[in-house]
Amino acid sequence: MNKPDTPTLAPQPGLPTPAASWHDRKGLVQIGLLALLLLAPLAAHLLGHVYYVNLASRVTLVAMAAVGLNLAIGYGGMVSFGHAAYFGLGGYVAGISAYHAFDFTPVIAWPIAIPGSDSMLAIWLAALVLCGLLALVIGAISLRTTGVYFIMITLAFAQMMYYFANSWPTYGGEDGLPIYLRNSLPWVDTNDALTFFLICFAGLVLSLALTSRIMKSRFGAALTMARLNDTRLATAGIAPYPVRLVAFVISAMITGLAGALYADLNGFVSPTMLSWHMSGELMVIVILGGVGRLYGPLAGAILFVMMETLLGGLTEYWKLFLGLVLLFVVLFAKHGVMGWLAGRERHE
Amino acid sequence: MSDVVLSLAHLNKRFGALQATRDVSLDLRPGEIHALIGPNGAGKSTLIGQIAGSLRPDTGSIVLAGQEITSLSVAQRARLGLGRSFQISSLAEPLSVKRNVMIAVQALQGHSFRFWKPVHRDESLLAPAMAALERMALAHRADTAVAELSHGERRQVEVACALALKPRVLLLDEPMAGLGPEGSARLTELLEALKREVPILLIEHDMDAVFRLADRISVLVDGAVIAHGDSATIRANPQVREAYLGETTC
Ligand SMILES: Nc1ncnc2c1ncn2[C@@H]1O[C@H](COP(=O)(O)OP(=O)(O)O)[C@@H](O)[C@H]1O
Ligand SMILES: [Mg+2]
Repeated sequence: MNKPDTPTLAPQPGLPTPAASWHDRKGLVQIGLLALLLLAPLAAHLLGHVYYVNLASRVTLVAMAAVGLNLAIGYGGMVSFGHAAYFGLGGYVAGISAYHAFDFTPVIAWPIAIPGSDSMLAIWLAALVLCGLLALVIGAISLRTTGVYFIMITLAFAQMMYYFANSWPTYGGEDGLPIYLRNSLPWVDTNDALTFFLICFAGLVLSLALTSRIMKSRFGAALTMARLNDTRLATAGIAPYPVRLVAFVISAMITGLAGALYADLNGFVSPTMLSWHMSGELMVIVILGGVGRLYGPLAGAILFVMMETLLGGLTEYWKLFLGLVLLFVVLFAKHGVMGWLAGRERHE
Repeated sequence: MSDVVLSLAHLNKRFGALQATRDVSLDLRPGEIHALIGPNGAGKSTLIGQIAGSLRPDTGSIVLAGQEITSLSVAQRARLGLGRSFQISSLAEPLSVKRNVMIAVQALQGHSFRFWKPVHRDESLLAPAMAALERMALAHRADTAVAELSHGERRQVEVACALALKPRVLLLDEPMAGLGPEGSARLTELLEALKREVPILLIEHDMDAVFRLADRISVLVDGAVIAHGDSATIRANPQVREAYLGETTC
C-alpha cells in the first residue's frame, strides 16, 4: 500500500528524467521541421527555382489550415469533415475582395456600401470574422450531435457551401475566380515569391504559437477535459458545449486565414477549395502527422505535398500510394509522423 | 425550511418497463450524513444521477438550498454546490491526478475562458487542488496519471475533485468500494470529520462504515424507500433485515 508518508516516491524536480530527454527530442524535431521548411525555399530562391519557393508556400498554407483543423480534431475531439468550408470561404474573401477592388465596384451596396480591397490586412480581417461567424453557426448546430452524426453534418454544411459557390455565376461559378493581381501589404512586395513565402511562414508560426499557448491555458485545460471526459468537466461545473464551440470557431478562423493566403498564392479561387476532397485532404494531413500533436500538421503537410509532387509526377494514381501510407499510419503508427519522430505525447 | 439543504419530493423515474425510482422523497440536513442503502439494482445510483442532473426524473422535484434545480444541467447544479463521486469512477485517465482536481478548482473560480496564462504553474489552481488531495491522503500521487491508479485510489481522486468544488452537498456513490480495510477506515474517519462542513448523501455497501457514520439511513428496495430512521431503527426493522441486511451481513 502506498502510504502518504513516503515522499521519496514523488518525482524529484530538476533531475534529468526520461521525460526530460524525450522533451528535448520533441523540441529538436519541431525546430528541425521549421528549419527544413524555412531553409528549403531559401535555397531554392538562391538557386533561382521559383517553383520550389511556391511549393514551400503551398506546404506552409496547407499545414496552417491543418493546424486549425487539428485544434478541432486533435485537441477538441471534434472530427470535422467540413473544414473546407472555412478554407474556401477564406479563399473567396480574398478573391471577391480583389475582384471588386479591380473593378472599383462595391462588394455590397446595401444597407451599407462595402468596397472591395486589395489590402491583405483588410482581407485577413474579413476572412477571420466571416469564418468565425460561419463556424459559430455551423458549430452551434453540429455540436448538438456527436460521433458519426457530427462528421456527417459538418460535411453537409461544407457541401452546401460548395454547391452554392458552384451555382453562383457572379463569382465564376464552377470555373472559379481569378485574382489578377496578388493582394498587397504595406512596405513589402507580395509578388516576390520568397516574400510571400515568409508571410505564409509567419502565419504558420503564429498559428502554432497560438495553439500551443491556448492549449496550456485554462481554456485549453477545459477543452482537453471536454475531449477526454466531458462528464468530468460537467461534474466540475463547466458546461462542455460552449468550450467546444469556442474552440471550433478558433479552429475555423485559423483554417480560413490559411485559405485567404492560399487563394493569393494560386492567384485563383474556385469551388475546389470548398469541396469535400479538400476537407479530406486536411484530415489526411492531420492523421499522417499525428492527431493532437502540435507539429503534426506540419509534418503531415510536408509528407503529403512531397508525395503529391514526387509520386504525382510519376503516376496519376499517386493517391493509391497515399492511401497505402495512410493505412499504414492508421494501423501501425497511430501517433503519426510526429509519434514516430518525437515519441509519444505525454500528458502532464 | 432552512434546516434542509437538499430535498427530493416524489421523484419517479422509469426505464421502459422498469420503475427505477418510485415516489422517493428524502432530504439532507446540515451537518449530517444520510446513508442510502439497498441491494444491487435498487436504484441508488439512478437516484444520485437524478440529483446530480445526468438523469431527468419523470416527475417530482429537487430543491437545493431553497432553489428548485430539477430542470438544471449537470454543470449548473455543480456550480450551485452539488459535488458528486461516481460509482464507476469518471476521470480523465491520461491526465495526472493533479490535473483532474485542478479542473474542479478552475470551475469553482469560474474562469475557463482564459486563453493566455499557462495553468501548469498557476498557484491559484495548484494550491487548492493539492489541499484537496492532501485531505484524501493522495498528495503523493499528484503527478501520477489516473490510468496508473488502483480502483480505490480513483474513487478517492473523485472525492478530492468533489471537495475542490467546495460543495454545499456531497453525493458519494460507494466511495469505499475497492479501498481495502485500511483505506476504508481512513475514509470513514475523513467523512466523519467532513460532515460538519458538508452534509453527505452516502451510498455505501460497507455496513460497518454506514452504521458508524450515518445519522440517518434510508433503505431503497425496487426503487422505493421502504424504511427510514437512525441506525438503531434500521437495524431493528424486520423488513430491512429480510430485504437487505440478511443478504449482506453474516
Ligand atoms: N440508463 C439505464 N437504462 C435502463 N436501465 C437502467 C439504466 N440505469 C440503470 N438501469 C436499471 O435501473 C435499476 C437500478 O440501477 P442502479 O440505480 O444502478 O442500482 P443501484 O445503484 O442501486 O445498484 C437496475 O435494474 C438497472 O439495470
Ligand atoms: Mg449503484
